[in-house]
Amino acid sequence: MAIRLKVEKRVDVPRWLPLATSIGSVVLAFIIGGIIFKIVGGKPFVAARFFYQAVFGNWAVFSDTMVKATPLILIGIACAIAFKMRLWNIGAEGQFYAGAFGASIVVLIPIIPLDSPKVLVIGLMMLMGMIFGAIWGFIPGYLKAKYKVNEIITTLMLNYIIINWNNFWIFDKWSDRGFQMTATFDRVAWLPRLADYAKQFKAFSGVTLHLGVLFGIAAAILVWWIFRYSRWGYEIKLIGDNPEAARYAGINISKNIILVMAFSGALAGLAGMSEISGVVHRLQESISPGYGFTGIIVAWLAKLNPFAIIPVSVLFAGLIVAGRELQPAGLSFLLQGIILFMLISSDVLLRYKIHILPTDEETA
Amino acid sequence: MNSLAHAVEMKDIVIRFPGVLANDHVSLTLRKGEIHALLGENGAGKSTLMNALAGLYKPVSGTTKVNGELVNFNSPRDAIAKGIGMVHQHFMLVPTHTVTENILLGMDEPRFFMNLKKFNKKILELEEQYGLSVDPEAKIWQLPVGAQQRVEILKTLYRGAEILIMDEPTAVLAPQEIDDLMATMRSMADQGKSIIFITHKLHEVIAVADRVTVLRKGKVTAQGEKIHGMTKRNLAQLMVGRDVVFNVVKEDREAGEVVLDIKDIHAENNKGLQALRGISLEVRSGEILGIAGVGGNGQSELAEVITGLRECEGQIEINGEEISNKPPIKAINQGVSHIPEDRTTVGSAPSLSITENAIMKGYCQEPIGNGWSINFTRAGEHAQDLKEKYNILAPNVRTPAGKLSGGNLQKLILAREISCTPNLIVAMQPTRGLDVGAIEAIRSLLLEQRQSGTAILLISEELDELLSLSDRIAVISDGKIMGTVIAEDADINEIGLMMTGSSGERE
Repeated sequence: MAIRLKVEKRVDVPRWLPLATSIGSVVLAFIIGGIIFKIVGGKPFVAARFFYQAVFGNWAVFSDTMVKATPLILIGIACAIAFKMRLWNIGAEGQFYAGAFGASIVVLIPIIPLDSPKVLVIGLMMLMGMIFGAIWGFIPGYLKAKYKVNEIITTLMLNYIIINWNNFWIFDKWSDRGFQMTATFDRVAWLPRLADYAKQFKAFSGVTLHLGVLFGIAAAILVWWIFRYSRWGYEIKLIGDNPEAARYAGINISKNIILVMAFSGALAGLAGMSEISGVVHRLQESISPGYGFTGIIVAWLAKLNPFAIIPVSVLFAGLIVAGRELQPAGLSFLLQGIILFMLISSDVLLRYKIHILPTDEETA
Repeated sequence: MNSLAHAVEMKDIVIRFPGVLANDHVSLTLRKGEIHALLGENGAGKSTLMNALAGLYKPVSGTTKVNGELVNFNSPRDAIAKGIGMVHQHFMLVPTHTVTENILLGMDEPRFFMNLKKFNKKILELEEQYGLSVDPEAKIWQLPVGAQQRVEILKTLYRGAEILIMDEPTAVLAPQEIDDLMATMRSMADQGKSIIFITHKLHEVIAVADRVTVLRKGKVTAQGEKIHGMTKRNLAQLMVGRDVVFNVVKEDREAGEVVLDIKDIHAENNKGLQALRGISLEVRSGEILGIAGVGGNGQSELAEVITGLRECEGQIEINGEEISNKPPIKAINQGVSHIPEDRTTVGSAPSLSITENAIMKGYCQEPIGNGWSINFTRAGEHAQDLKEKYNILAPNVRTPAGKLSGGNLQKLILAREISCTPNLIVAMQPTRGLDVGAIEAIRSLLLEQRQSGTAILLISEELDELLSLSDRIAVISDGKIMGTVIAEDADINEIGLMMTGSSGERE
């Protein structure tokens, strides 16, 4: 019996549907990825097991995945808050570097004696990371608010400026014996890792997960609250949906552009700090494999929902981790592409209802 | 082809949307060479029926014959092939292209070389035939709305349409442009085109249509009645199913203290030209001051300078407090409510919920605003109250505002602006584009506000509305107030004269 598709516009979207379509898309993407893997001569089930092993296999590798997910969570949230207001901050990469620089100078100058308590050093590094990230967001925000300069261009360009600014310091002033990196930071400037407690808890040995992941979770809770309950979040949503209406409602749009850009920059800066202090423990070149750009994709895939950003970040972190292990290495990019494709096309299901009817049904 | 057949014969059309029966066994017959009005309130199913005829929707059941031939359209292309053209309410033109380029868009000819000269001439000939004047080489963005509409009509004529569907063509036009349009419609009908004219303005139906079909809640209440001998009252009854009181009752009321005091205001419009040239006005509490005038003579700018949305020179005081050139929040805090001209682009946020739209003006104030946070439970209750009190039709308060019909959205905006107990309401065209039922509701609400002591500045292009609601009427022309009259003993001719720019006598 032949069938016929009937497409209808949705009036109301059921609450469970966005989640169901997102999960469905990811599952479908893996199935398609597997089929392609089979066609090129691989063994999809073996690869899937390997993939699983490489990402979630044991606590140590899962912690690796989470370490990679941490900056993605923070940057994803940073992007989400800007995107909610339709501010196209694609400068998270630069704000990440600015944050890393701000955190590093606490140790490198040093701003605070390195025999101070760890809480103080780390606290100051967080603060400086966020301030520097915020400045790097404030500049394009101010230019847009006062002179209507397109933020896409300025945020993008500022990325290159800060990366080269960093390079100047690590190549020249703070170079460690001529290498393009600074010397390893004093232990006092390291974020606590689970591995540090291996003596007390055997299971933690070699587990690299650091405190930064909690920054990400805290940021998710904070931004969720802002969107859901705060006055500021309401203003952001209103400006994003209709700036004319927001102006009419008495909202100061310029002020909000600057605030949101600075806030977004501060979160991305915190990601930079957490990476410096939790993972690399020094300032060096290429501290980010493009987190600032992957974070943009993460924010969109999570539909700007701060909590959804966490699992999406873990998924993308998994793809990054697995990409190192899987051969051919391109497979992980292939999967990323298919997932993206699936998620974007699944949007149709949110906007339309699709009925499958037998063709011979009488429709009177 | 049967030359005696009707141009269009739709029979027992049923169209269903989720939760709504938009057309319930609707029939409509369009004779050749006639102007057939399709009348009905917002949401009565007029546009739905016409979209089905234009091939955009597929009916669940029913038959459609065009020139006596049974048709079954799968796309607008099929409908165009049968000579059906639709002039949409929202124009579908490329602003940076010329008139000719827009008309040729999507056609098979010209193929590769754009011999625009040749086509310009063709289009000019078409213009002459139907009395539609517009420069074929002008770019769309340079044209006023009326001319853009003529381009839309030319587009359908160029495609060989014999049957024209015009979806509320007058909603966007100024009074003179409406007259021009009606003349064009007449000339097209006289030359054998058949026209379906969707509207909810009764006097237009009487002025231009030959016959009328009336829809109410998806059903036909009058099918192809002759217009001759019908009155506005007859039509209104068919539309809303009850006797509409057009002359809302205005009680006597002494005006109180001066609330709005404007002295010698000058302001520019968006193009940087002088739009307001020295306007002075006073509105007292419990008084409605009507502003009459042909659209585009400074009305929008006047509303915007009072609400803080536009910069100006001069003095604007609300209850003695200077508010000119202050951010909009200042006017809001002084109790100025604003019913903007444009409901969708200024008055509401389409993808936010009814609740979120309902608190746009009051989200900072207790009990909804609470320091840094907003109490959304309270906000939801507030929205629910407004929804019930003002009879806003929507599934629930979480529905996005963009899904409301024009009338319901306007009720929501009005409800929001009134619920904050304003000192002054600046109402710009509050009933434009609404159906009879909604117009009546909104006019009554404004009078209630007047009764409770609010000062109201009512800017409208409908003289009837101004005369029945206002206490005084000031006439604006070219950014100047030409004169002010007491509404009760106003002489329409005098107002009309002042609207054209001749000075009237001051009271």
